[in-house]
Parts: sequence; C-alpha cells; structure tokens
Amino acid sequence: MSLAFDDYGRPYIILREQGSKKRMKGLEAYKSNILAAKAIANTLSSSLGPKGMDKMLVSPDGDVSVTNDGATIVEKMEIQHPTAKLLVELSQSQDAEIGDGTTGVVVLAGKLLEQALTLLDKGIHPLKISDGFDRACDVAIKHLENISEEIDIQANEHEALIQAACTALGSKVVSKRKRELGKIAVTAVLDVADLGRKDVNLDLIKIQTKTGGSVEDTRLISGILIDKDMSHPQMVKEVNDAKICLLTCPFEPPKPKTKHNINISSAEDYKKLYLQEQQYFVDMVKLVKDSGANIALCQWGFDDEANHLLLQNNLPAVRWVSGTDVELIAMATGARIIPRFQEITPEKLGKAGSVKEVQFGTSNERMLVIENCQCTKAVTILIRGGSQMIVDEAKRSIHDAICVIRNLIKDNRIVYGGGSAELACAIQVLQYADEVSSVEQYAIRSFADALEGIPSCLADNCGLNPITSVAQAKARQLQENNHRIGIDCMELGTTDMKEQRIYETLSSKKQQIQLATQVVKMILKIDDVIAPDDY
Amino acid sequence: MDIVGNVLPQVLKDEATEDKGEMARLQSFVGAIAVADLVKTTLGPKGMDKILKPTGPGQEMSHITVTNDGATILKSMYVENPAAKILIEISKTQDEEVGDGTTTVAVLAGELLREGEKLIQKRIHPQHVIAGWRIARDIALKRLRDISTENDINSQEFHDDLVKIARTTLSSKLITSDRDYFADLCVNAVLRLKGSSNLDYIQIIKLPGGTIRDSYLDDGFILKKQITIGCKRRIENAKILVANTAMDYDKIKIYGTKVKVNSMDKVAEIEAAEKEKMKHKVDKILKYQPTVFVNRQLIYNYPEQLLADAGITVIEHADFEGMERVAAATGAEILSTFDAPERSEQILGHCDLIEEIMIGEEKMIKFSGCKKNEACTIVLRGASTHILDEVDRSIHDALCVLITTVKNRRVVWGGGNSEMQMAAACEEEAKKVQGKQAFAIEAFAKALRQIPTIICDNGGYDSAELIQNFKVELQKGNITYGLNMTDGTIGNMSELGVKECLRVKEQALLAASEAAELIMRVDNIVKCAPRKRERA
Repeated sequence: MSLAFDDYGRPYIILREQGSKKRMKGLEAYKSNILAAKAIANTLSSSLGPKGMDKMLVSPDGDVSVTNDGATIVEKMEIQHPTAKLLVELSQSQDAEIGDGTTGVVVLAGKLLEQALTLLDKGIHPLKISDGFDRACDVAIKHLENISEEIDIQANEHEALIQAACTALGSKVVSKRKRELGKIAVTAVLDVADLGRKDVNLDLIKIQTKTGGSVEDTRLISGILIDKDMSHPQMVKEVNDAKICLLTCPFEPPKPKTKHNINISSAEDYKKLYLQEQQYFVDMVKLVKDSGANIALCQWGFDDEANHLLLQNNLPAVRWVSGTDVELIAMATGARIIPRFQEITPEKLGKAGSVKEVQFGTSNERMLVIENCQCTKAVTILIRGGSQMIVDEAKRSIHDAICVIRNLIKDNRIVYGGGSAELACAIQVLQYADEVSSVEQYAIRSFADALEGIPSCLADNCGLNPITSVAQAKARQLQENNHRIGIDCMELGTTDMKEQRIYETLSSKKQQIQLATQVVKMILKIDDVIAPDDY
Repeated sequence: MDIVGNVLPQVLKDEATEDKGEMARLQSFVGAIAVADLVKTTLGPKGMDKILKPTGPGQEMSHITVTNDGATILKSMYVENPAAKILIEISKTQDEEVGDGTTTVAVLAGELLREGEKLIQKRIHPQHVIAGWRIARDIALKRLRDISTENDINSQEFHDDLVKIARTTLSSKLITSDRDYFADLCVNAVLRLKGSSNLDYIQIIKLPGGTIRDSYLDDGFILKKQITIGCKRRIENAKILVANTAMDYDKIKIYGTKVKVNSMDKVAEIEAAEKEKMKHKVDKILKYQPTVFVNRQLIYNYPEQLLADAGITVIEHADFEGMERVAAATGAEILSTFDAPERSEQILGHCDLIEEIMIGEEKMIKFSGCKKNEACTIVLRGASTHILDEVDRSIHDALCVLITTVKNRRVVWGGGNSEMQMAAACEEEAKKVQGKQAFAIEAFAKALRQIPTIICDNGGYDSAELIQNFKVELQKGNITYGLNMTDGTIGNMSELGVKECLRVKEQALLAASEAAELIMRVDNIVKCAPRKRERA
C-alpha cells in the first residue's frame, strides 16, 4: 500500500484501487524482469546454429507447428509476461527489418541480461550498466565495420550469395538440400532484383506451398503460379502466346453503388429488360474478345451465362483471382488492370509465353502456371514436402534465405559467422574496457562476456565443450590476429570461417547487437511494475 | 524456482505448458510410436480391420466404419499428442499424393523413431542420428530406383504389371478373395482414361444388395437420376444437350429490379411474359435439335412439358459432377446460353443408347456407346453399406495406384522385396561410414526391415525365421524373392506376380523419413493454453 500523510498527518491514497493491483519495485522489479526475459532467451538458445534443435508449438486449437525460426517461436508461444513480451517484439523487429538472425538477437539479449543481473548484485546502478552497455555497443559496431569485407556478389556465378543463403538455411530442417534451395533463392532474388538501385521488392517473389513430394521437388517457376483453375471445365487447359486481359469487374450485370430501384410495371418492360440483360453478357465477352485477348483473368465471379459465352467464344477464363495475384500478374506480364469492360484496349493486355493448368496428386487439385512473362519481373517458388509442417517450415526458411540475399544486394559487406565476429568484437570491447576509468568499466567488460556467450552457445548446441572451444578460438584470434576464427560447428576440421565459407551479412549482425542492446537498456530502466492483480 | 532459489516469474499464460529436452523428446516418441503401433496390425495381406465409432453428442452410434485403410483410420482419430499429429498429417499427404501406402508411411516413421529412441538412449546426439538417416535415405532411394523396372506403356507386359499391382494393393483389403476380378476391373477402368489422371471420370456407384461379386464395370456411363415422367425411357442414337441453366423461372439478374404492378390485368400480362420468356428459351433449345436434354438445375413443369411435347427426354437436377461426367463421356459442351444453334454439331453430345435400367431396387440412367469413351462407372454391390464403403475405399486406393503407375510407369517387386533390398543397401553403406552416423544408418535399415517383419507377424507366421531366410535369399542373388503370404514361405515374386508401384514406395520413404527427422529435431514442446469453448 502506498499511503502518504499530508501536513496534518492524515493518510491519503496515492494509487487508486491499490489492493487490486500488483506492484513490484526496485531491485525486485529488476530481477523479476530479467528472469522473465532470460526464460525466453533460454528457450531459444538451443535453436541457435547449424545444429540447433527445433521447437514444437501447439496452438490453442491444437494445431502443431515445428520450427527453428526465432521470430515464429516467440510469436506462437503466447507469452504474457510484460517484459518477456519485449523480447518477442525484439525478435519480430529483427524479422521485419532484416528477416534473419531472429534467434541470435534474443539469445544475445538474454546473455546481456544475465550479465546485468550479476552487476546488479554487485550493487552497480542500473543506469550505469545501461550506459556501459551503450558505449560497448558503439565500440563493437565500429569494430564490426572494420572487420567486414566487401564481397563481389557477381563473381563465380553468384557463389558468395549462394553461400550466404546456405548459411541461413543451414540451421533448418531443410538443411540437407540447402545448396539447391539456396540456388533457388538466389536465382529468384536476382530475377526480380533491381541491381541499379540495389533494391529488391520481395513482393515479386511468390512462395506457394503444396504438400506432397519431397523437399527436393521444390522448384522455381519463372512466372506465376496461382491456386485456381479455369472457370469452365471444358475450356482449353493451355494457352500459348497468351494475351492476358486482367479484369477487376465481374462478368455480371452492372451493380451501381447508388441504391436504386427499377420498377417494372408492364410486360413490355419485362421483355425489354430481359433482352438488355442478355445483351450485357454478349457485349462483355465481345469487348474482351475484340481486344485480341486469348485469356481473361478476373478478380470477381462469372454468371453462368457469361461463363458459357466465354467458352463458346473460345476464351478461357479464370475467376476469383486474388487481389495480390492480380497485381503480381500485372507486373509480370505488363498488363494493365482493367476496371471496366469499356476500357479494354489491345495495349492494356499482358503477354506471356504460356498459361497452363497443371495437376497434382490424386485429389485432383489444379493450379495455373503463367510462364515466360513479358517482363519476367515476378517469380514463384513452389515448395513441396512430405507434410504441412515441413512445407510451412521450408517456407519460413526460404523466406529467411531470400532476406539474406536481399540484404547482401543492398549492402555487400559481410562478416564471418560461426561466432567469429562476436568473438572479435568481444576482444575489442574488452580492450576498450580497460581504458575506461569509471564504474562503466565493469559493464563494458560484461558486455564482452555476453558477446562471448554467442559462440559458447553455438558450441554447446553442437555438442562441443563450450568453455574450451571458445577459449581456444579466442586465444587463436589474439595470437594470429585473425578475426575469422570461430567455432567449427560442422566438424569440418578448420575453425577459419573463411575456409568454411560461413557468411553473414554485416547489416544483420549490426542490427542484432544494436537491437539487443536497446532492449536490454529499456528493461534496465524499469524500476516499477504496476499491473492489475488478475493479470 | 530455479536452482539458485530465485522465484521465477510466470512468463507463459496460465495453463500453457513447456516441456524441454528429454521430457519433450520422450513425449513425441511415445506419441508417434503409439500411433504407428495402432495402425500396424492393418499392414499386409493378413492385416486386420478396425472399427471406428464416432463420439460426441448428437451422433448415433449407428454410423460406424469398418476399414483397413490407414489414412481413413488416422484421419478419424482424435489425438492430442503433437508428434502423433505429424504422423497423421503425413498419412493424409500420402493419400492425396499417391492414394496408397498410407499405413506403411505411418508405420515406417514410427519404426524409425523407435530405433531413434534407442540411439538417443545410447547418448548419440539427435543431430548425428539425423545426419545418418539422411545418408541412409539417399542410399535407400537410389537402390529403390535401381531395382525398379519400366515397361512400354502400350505393351502387354505393362498391362500385366498393372493387373499385378492392382492385385497386390487389393490383397490387403476386404475383397482379397475376389482380387483378381477387381484387379481386372480397376485396370480396365484406368486404361479407359487413356493416360489422363482425372479420377473424376471414373464414377463409383454403391448399391446395397447382392454380393461383392455382383459388382461390375460398366463401359457406359451411369447417372443416378431418373428420367422425367412422360418421356421416352429408351433413346437410340441420342443427341444430348447438356446445360447448366435456370429452367424453373428466369430470375432477373439486373440489380435492384422490382416488379410493381397496379392491376390484376398487369399481373396476368407479366405472367404471360414470363411464360413466353421460358417458351422462348425452350424454343432456342429446340433449335439445337437434341433428343435428350440434361440440366443441372431444376426444371419446372411448364418447360418440362414443352420439351416432352417436342419428344425430348428430359433429365433434371443432375449434380455438378454428374453433369461434367456426362459431358466428358458424350463429348458435349455444357451450355448456359442457347444462341448458336449452327454449332449444334460440336455442342451436342452423342451416344448410341440411353436407357433406364434397374440395379437392385434403384432406377438409373445408362448412357452406352458414348462418343468419347473416357468416363465409365463401377457399380459396387455388397451386403451392407459398411462393406460397400470399405470396398469403395479399396477400389479408390487401387485406382490411385494404377493412375500413378500409368504416369510414372516404374514398378518394383512386392512382398517386402523393396524394403529388404533398401535395408541391405543401407547396411552395406553403414560399414563404410565413419563416425556415429553409422549407427543411425543401421537403425534406418532395421526400421525398413520392420515392414516385412510386421507383415509376417500379422499373418501369424514366424517372422524372425522368415526374414532371416529372406535375407539369405537376397544375399544369394535371388533378387526377385519376397514373402509369400499365402503359404508363409519365401517365394519368387515374379512367379507369384506381386508387384508394387515405385512412386508409392518412393513417396512413403521420403515422407516417413522427413517426418521422423522433423520429430527428432524437436527438443522443446510449447503448448498454448487451450482455447476455451463456450458450451452451447
């Protein structure tokens, strides 16, 4: 109860409904927050690295998903603790900004908090810790930039990009096929990349999933795959040299938005109306046909009569194409999206080499493939796999790989993985710590320890002795002045990450360290948690 | 509280649980193995069936299902264990992708995990187990493809292969005693499709009554509908118009239209106009000069009468699939507008004879001598609906396998031959591999060998003895040998004619190993708090 007394010694209540609120203050609040956040980091830490394990998540409705992706795990865990939620957001913002390294960022934050806890026990003020971390973070970032290397993404058939994609895919269930999937991801990104502007619009890469087959059957379609079939079962299943008419108006009598009534009061009107109705359909189909189109894709539905007229005029058509697909097709085929039948002109048609219906499995599911589009600006990755869970996980993994490649195209600087970059930064930060004369020194030193936690966690997950392997790597980095020494997770016999070709993007690493530090600083500033009691 | 004594704050929601490490692994192994054990008694020609009984209020106990089909059993089961759900999922995918081997895939995944569990107990890291499995899977797949053979699609050998495959598939089902009969039936049905893989064109009609033996394949096409009263019951040389159009009354499709009249005369006028409109439509239809008119939608008495007067046989309310099949069989176009009578030649479907037939108690319409001979009908007879349902599922499995075979064309020997060969290949490889992975490769071989073992056990034979002898035969170079489940011996599969489709085996191997890997990689299970359901 926070009671205070006024000048006359009468008590008054500062916080209303005090009894029904839960409140934690001071050191107790710090510790509770840190422990909650650490619990999340602990859960994720076993997923880090190429030998990291997966998590099985059961949703409130009993659906199962199995994943290795940090952002997905924390999102589906239904975390309720307020501070732990901060870590969820941390992982998600890394996902939104970079797309990869979502596990690493949470693990790093966990390690930082662990260090903070010991510092708090020593009696160092949270703000001092926070300041120290801040300064250490700056040093680490600067050092990261120093040790980063520019790579030539064009060289050797984009070998560097493929390697980076493989690093991202290495920790996933699809790692067996990482090279093939990496290549698919690289080709997909390069197909849609704007190399001049150094940017990639990821919307142009459509990832379509279909259970059945195995992960090996995943393939890249230089075109668009839509999960739809022809509107009439007897329409031709394949159109070559397609001229596509992309419509966003239904093949139905017009439906004005203004409310109106047509009153029919005589038999003549009735007949006239009927004729007009028939005319609508004929006109619509005629307009499409006259423009020279040989296939119509429509965002809306068709009336039975219109559908048949389309068939009769030998004009294959697809209905209920989703809005995003319509946009994608427009970009790929150079078609203009036509909102009204009257506005169909030959110039507005899109062109594609072929449009055909393909069938999968025994359950008679069909999809449409639009290939060899006029401007091959959009591609589809069709993911196959033994079950829904594998397909879903493969989709997340490929998304990660695509993000990594995009980041490399944006900024072609890399650092080496396997914990080597973190170790190099830790060494640098440690040196810097000795130059600082104030209390922050301890915090800075702890920051270095936390950075070392990443390689140690990697080694742990790979079944290596974390303490010896990190100590060895660190010693070698110092002796040989080689910042590429890391943990040999795959047991390939070398600890030089350049030889193992484990590439990570500089932007991702930078972002990881910065975001983790920020969140930790934020948690360290909380000294009072007030929550409703039933929370 | 953690080890140091700090009170841990509650991070997850109430009722949410988190299991880590050994606990998580134990849970998923137990779940997956339980599911595999449940279906494994249905494996093989001597496998047993299961009765599935629905639960929950409202449903009577009366509707039970008796089945041997793995996918059907697993689909209807309610399980909570997440790993078990993964197994059910792969069984479903197998069903969708190739249609058969749904039990095998779940059993194989279960056996892999059973072996995997032993390795974990030996303190081999799951990632090493997975690494070994991956090597083994590739070796097994390579061997499987190597031992498969291919025949030309039009050759007699290929036809024989198909019959053998169908027999093998059907041998584990209820209709095993009549499998030769049904194998021929299925093969003929599939060959009519001429390489197309659209199962829709094979219609299965189930009619209780008679015995299973009375089932037959009708090369015509049977529509489970009746010819409208007052029409001819038998039409020779029929010209068929297939339509999907409103024949009750033509709704005005223009939005916001209302009919508002102010006198009785006007009502009569409108009514007349409406009638005239329908008459108009009928007239347009008549211009096509059909002798039979099939419509998906309802036909009201007035147009029906008009059509009947013109001597046209009317079939109304054919469902969508039925209509598509009629169209496919007779080569008709499905019409919704009737303004191009000049194209009548292309539009109308044709068949030699349409007649109303009686099967058991039911009247049906049979189209025989169709223009395009793709569609056909399998009429299933049997003593009860339960038997019919099971026969339907069995036939469905066989048809799926046959279609897959027609597409893929590669076949392997059955009777556990392919599994044993794959296991042998894995064992050879295990001798060459350095490191702990070798154990996992051996485990993979063991799991593969479990499939013929279970088949033996289900038949009540001495599996240990048989499998060892089997191994020896293969070692001797008799690579076509396999289990002879009628005698409980090892026999030459080429003499017994037991063949299986490569694609089915391939898919089972891939899906099972992927699923086992997926479950093996898990070290943490987080269950969210179950959503509260409002009780009605």
